[in-house]
Amino acid sequence: MSFSVTEPSNGTKWFAGILVIGYALITIAPLLWIIATGFKSGPDSIAYPPKVVFEPTLEGYVNLFTDRTRATQDMLDAAGEPQTWYDQIARDQGTVITGPSRYGERFMNSVIIGFGSTALCMLLGTAAAYAFSRFRVPLKDDLLFFILSTRMMPPIAVAIPIFLMFRQLGLSDTHLGMILLYTAVNLSLSVWLLKGFIDEIPVEYEEAALIDGYTRFQAFYKVVLPQAATGIASTAIFCLIFAWNEYAFAVLLTSGTAQTAPPFIPTIIGTSGKDWPAVAAGATIFLVPVMVFTILLRKHLLRGITFGAVRK
Amino acid sequence: MAEVTLTGVTKSFGTNVALEDVSMTVPDGSFVVLLGPTGAGKTTTLRMVSGLDKPDRGQVSIGGRDMAGLSPAQRDVAMVFQQYSLYPHLTVRQNLEFPLRSPILKTPQSEIDRKVGEIAEVLQISHKLENKATALSGGEMQRVSIGRALVRNPAVYLMDEPLSSLDAKLRADLRIELKSIQADRGATLLYVTHDQIEAMTMATHVGVLDKGRLVQFGTPRQIYEDPVSIYAASRLGQPRINVLPADVFAGAPAKAKSIGLRPEQIVQGEGEDSTVARVEHLGDQTRLHLSFKSHEIVTVTEAHTTLKSGDIVKIRPNNPFYFDAIGGRLA
Repeated sequence: MSFSVTEPSNGTKWFAGILVIGYALITIAPLLWIIATGFKSGPDSIAYPPKVVFEPTLEGYVNLFTDRTRATQDMLDAAGEPQTWYDQIARDQGTVITGPSRYGERFMNSVIIGFGSTALCMLLGTAAAYAFSRFRVPLKDDLLFFILSTRMMPPIAVAIPIFLMFRQLGLSDTHLGMILLYTAVNLSLSVWLLKGFIDEIPVEYEEAALIDGYTRFQAFYKVVLPQAATGIASTAIFCLIFAWNEYAFAVLLTSGTAQTAPPFIPTIIGTSGKDWPAVAAGATIFLVPVMVFTILLRKHLLRGITFGAVRK
Repeated sequence: MAEVTLTGVTKSFGTNVALEDVSMTVPDGSFVVLLGPTGAGKTTTLRMVSGLDKPDRGQVSIGGRDMAGLSPAQRDVAMVFQQYSLYPHLTVRQNLEFPLRSPILKTPQSEIDRKVGEIAEVLQISHKLENKATALSGGEMQRVSIGRALVRNPAVYLMDEPLSSLDAKLRADLRIELKSIQADRGATLLYVTHDQIEAMTMATHVGVLDKGRLVQFGTPRQIYEDPVSIYAASRLGQPRINVLPADVFAGAPAKAKSIGLRPEQIVQGEGEDSTVARVEHLGDQTRLHLSFKSHEIVTVTEAHTTLKSGDIVKIRPNNPFYFDAIGGRLA
């Protein structure tokens, strides 16, 4: 069967355009709502009917990053005039800032653990996928199934044994422990995805590089890796999104030093009433790294670079 | 440049025997063409020499050194793959530079530029140097792939049907070009094809492979004039050698089962009657399809013949080849 290449008619283009824009609006609406809520005042955020037009305030962000206490007149007197703009915002709510909140710290934990486990996962996953794709590994199919099976248990089912192991190993509530855990969980996904991508790269390229005077590792590095970039980028995004959003392990296995942002954000609600703008502000900031990462790697996702240079 | 020797090389893939006890010496500075149909073991032979595959048994040596255990890079061979295998993420120039930049060669940049420019000129791809390898036509890719081998000066060049997807004119140009590069450099070249014109025009030696066995090795003339079997005789010659039962003509030796007649072994105008079935005018020659005792014979006659189908032509064998029951040549 062949496809005729004809320019779509104007009507078709309009229809397709409207469809795409409509879908984009539906998809993006909750995201915009979260971002907007972050800039609302407390009463505006829970107003009914919901307010689309509102007076923006940084209250949510100030509340997110600070710990405050309800101010008595004595305290206000003692504190004197507000020193900074965020001080002023806190005073307007009848509170005084007692110090920074732990959000920044939790956010950094998320960055370290998310990106750390993604990097480790890519390193191990690419190497394993290359070996499974190119070498005669004994019991290859069984091993691949075994790797996949590590993903079959829900986190909650394995959390307790892992907790006990971590306690023995001194990994409880540590960055290293969480990086290793997320790497272990994501590795099955990355091995399987990357093996698919590497299988698609014809082995002739490496043979050509071997003949051209390169070692196996150099051929892998100079020829296979650049062509697997698309696969590596998309797999990395998957791994990062999982590690970034992971909640169950984080809530069960971390409490202090290594707690990531997802288990922390809900605790904001508890500390000073239903502070939805602060929660929305935390969620908005939390969205940024994954979005930036995806946009940076977008070029690779869209490029089909292995197209057509080996005759089949 | 170096001599390449294969001694008793055997290779199987599963139950499929790709090469069986192949021994041959590719003399230093020779242009050896391996002939045979698909599956005869031509490509496998190249891969044995290159080190991409290891023989199950037997030995490969280049320049007198046993190659066992040496990687392709250590063997100092250049290879042109049938499937081009250009690096798709690189430009044409980067593809051509790739072997020169290898950790083994580490060629200085000025030298790289000179060699790449030179080869691009010869292969008529200078204007495409900055293109992505994927943005080329099939013929251009094949030329780049030849160029990637020719920028180097290895112990031996291995080429796997390098001219197969070029158009007729370019193929003819590159045949001459390849032959003169090989002759100028005194290069040793092992070349796989099933195009007998390439074999006849470029080869100093031809190896005929049949189902993994090397059945004959010699100069193209030797193979043409003194084939060891029907199979070897059928590899060279246009039109193909005619093979008929030995008893259609009188005078066959006792053990002969078949008689082989090339056009020049058929004398026209003498002997027994045959009927012209078809006349093909090819311009420089004219082919006669003759019907002789219910067998078909294809031969050549003068370009401006007046013969037409239905005419009677007398024919007689002249120094024909006789073959035994299994197709082997009788002395």
